Amino acid sequence: MSAIKLALRNLRGAGVRTWLNGFALSLAFVAIIFGQGLLEGVNRQAERASIDFEFGGGQFWCEGFDPYDPLTFENAHRVLPETIAHLVESGQAVAILVVPGTVFVQGRMVPVLLKGISTPQTVLKIPTQVLADSTGDLPVLLGAQMAKKLNVNVDDYLTLQWRDKEGAFDAREARVAGIMQTSVGTIDQGQVWLPLKQLELLTGLERQATVVVLKPGVKPPPVAEGWKFYTTEFLLSDLRQMIKTKTVGQSIMFIVLFLLALLAIFDTQVFSIFRRRREIGTLIALGMTRGAVIAMFTFEGAVYGVLAALLGAIYGTPLFLYLSAYGLAMPGGNQWGFALEERMYPAWTAGLILGTTILVLITATFVSYLPTRRILKLKPTDALRGKWV
Amino acid sequence: MNTFLALLIFFSMNLPDGDSLLSRIDENTFTKSRMVVASMRITGRRGVRTVRIRSYSRGDSAFVEYLAPEREKGTKMLKLGRDLWIYTPESDRTIRISGHMLRQSVAGSDLSYEDMMEEPRLRPIYRAVTTGSDSIDSRPVWVLELNARSPDVAYPKRKIWVDRERLIVLKEERFSKSGKPLKRAEVLETKWIDSRWVATRVVFRDLLKTGAGTEFVIEEIQQDISIPPALFSKASLRR
Repeated sequence: MSAIKLALRNLRGAGVRTWLNGFALSLAFVAIIFGQGLLEGVNRQAERASIDFEFGGGQFWCEGFDPYDPLTFENAHRVLPETIAHLVESGQAVAILVVPGTVFVQGRMVPVLLKGISTPQTVLKIPTQVLADSTGDLPVLLGAQMAKKLNVNVDDYLTLQWRDKEGAFDAREARVAGIMQTSVGTIDQGQVWLPLKQLELLTGLERQATVVVLKPGVKPPPVAEGWKFYTTEFLLSDLRQMIKTKTVGQSIMFIVLFLLALLAIFDTQVFSIFRRRREIGTLIALGMTRGAVIAMFTFEGAVYGVLAALLGAIYGTPLFLYLSAYGLAMPGGNQWGFALEERMYPAWTAGLILGTTILVLITATFVSYLPTRRILKLKPTDALRGKWV
Repeated sequence: MNTFLALLIFFSMNLPDGDSLLSRIDENTFTKSRMVVASMRITGRRGVRTVRIRSYSRGDSAFVEYLAPEREKGTKMLKLGRDLWIYTPESDRTIRISGHMLRQSVAGSDLSYEDMMEEPRLRPIYRAVTTGSDSIDSRPVWVLELNARSPDVAYPKRKIWVDRERLIVLKEERFSKSGKPLKRAEVLETKWIDSRWVATRVVFRDLLKTGAGTEFVIEEIQQDISIPPALFSKASLRR
């Protein structure tokens, strides 16, 4: 108990140095929690956006369709089986027909995927209402990134070229009926959305689809021949893998930051023990065991961890609360390769904060203990004379 | 009204039959085999590039080797029926081009891989109707409208302007199913080579793109020659 009292008195005596050490460690502490929270927020937002705009409650893919193999797109369409067609008609699923095509705009040629989507629909957050409301022209819906790439605005015209089911070329002028803001790049870049019925007529692929997206919560019907069902979990696995990769990269940065803060504590301890060698000698000579002296110095280090947690909580809590409420602007928007909003809202869990606090306390204590091991070999007479082992 | 109808019938009766005219054009154009050294002058948004190629063709097989520019030298293409492979020396890989990739342009030109793979004879694919006569660069021509015999043809409609005397196509327009003009080819020069007329300078234009088009100039041509069958094999791409 006297060792703890002595430790606290020493920390108070160290004054500004104690506060600086605590503050340095708290920066690492807050940065780790912030970074982890940001990644958790990105993860949640990306998953939510992917479900809302693309995956829904799972997808049926027609056999042979592989979104990562463009060579499969040409023949990736099948007549909808009764069970799935019924879901589409009742609004519990949305059918998408994928046809490779080309957009000609301002004299440029851009290879695209023409995606016919059943309208009206409420399964996905894709604003297909603009396609349903449009009359006369062939309306198309573009993502903001695609519109930027093509350099077109709403009501501009572009030429679409595709091949019908027999392989004959066909082309038509289409009007940009709407431009959607979405963070899901996989439904934006290189894609042109149009009403399914019209794409069916243009290609001769009546009642056919490539992908059918279920509404979240709808139980998938038994898989019909020629179709495969993929759960939302499966569809999200690529996204999770990508975020995991980014987490590893970010962790390295946190480890470096954390090590720098721990180095500051370690240095302080080494300097403190060296400077206070006469004091150590006196304490041992007065009957204090070496273990108690080590405990005193280790406790001093551990207090840095507590101090860091407290300081971190003082300035970190309002910062985190603010970021949770107002988010953080992310430059680059959805050009990161996965569904990333232009404003990120970090998400912190109790487990994350508690885990990081325990980690900081344990490592600060351990780092404080390391330099004190020399005290075990110290002779009190040498220490009193100012000699060091 | 009656006079107009009589004139129409009179002129219609004087127009040659489209299908037989198309057969004669095929006869003049089609050779059992040929070797061509040609240059493609591609005018794009970033200037003009020239690509030189040497091609061998026999029936529905073709082998093309890029001779210039240095960057593309050694690239080879092999067409066997409906299949196309490309070999690039930098990657030392042979890639099969199929599906919608066939629609992509060859070396940034106005020609797609599909255009290059086309069956040279038109008669088996199209029904022709002679719709009138005209003149191109003071050469009298027949104007023919071609409609695909089956629905699986890339260009369901074409319009060709045929030199009446030389039986060679001097101008051609290719249309989509809905009638939108997609491609145009205009012959700027013809030569009498090996007992037949050959279009030696042609400008191709993708009508949906801007630009001055791609000029295809034949520098050397040998027709009905003997080509080793081994050339039309995938193994020859790496040689």
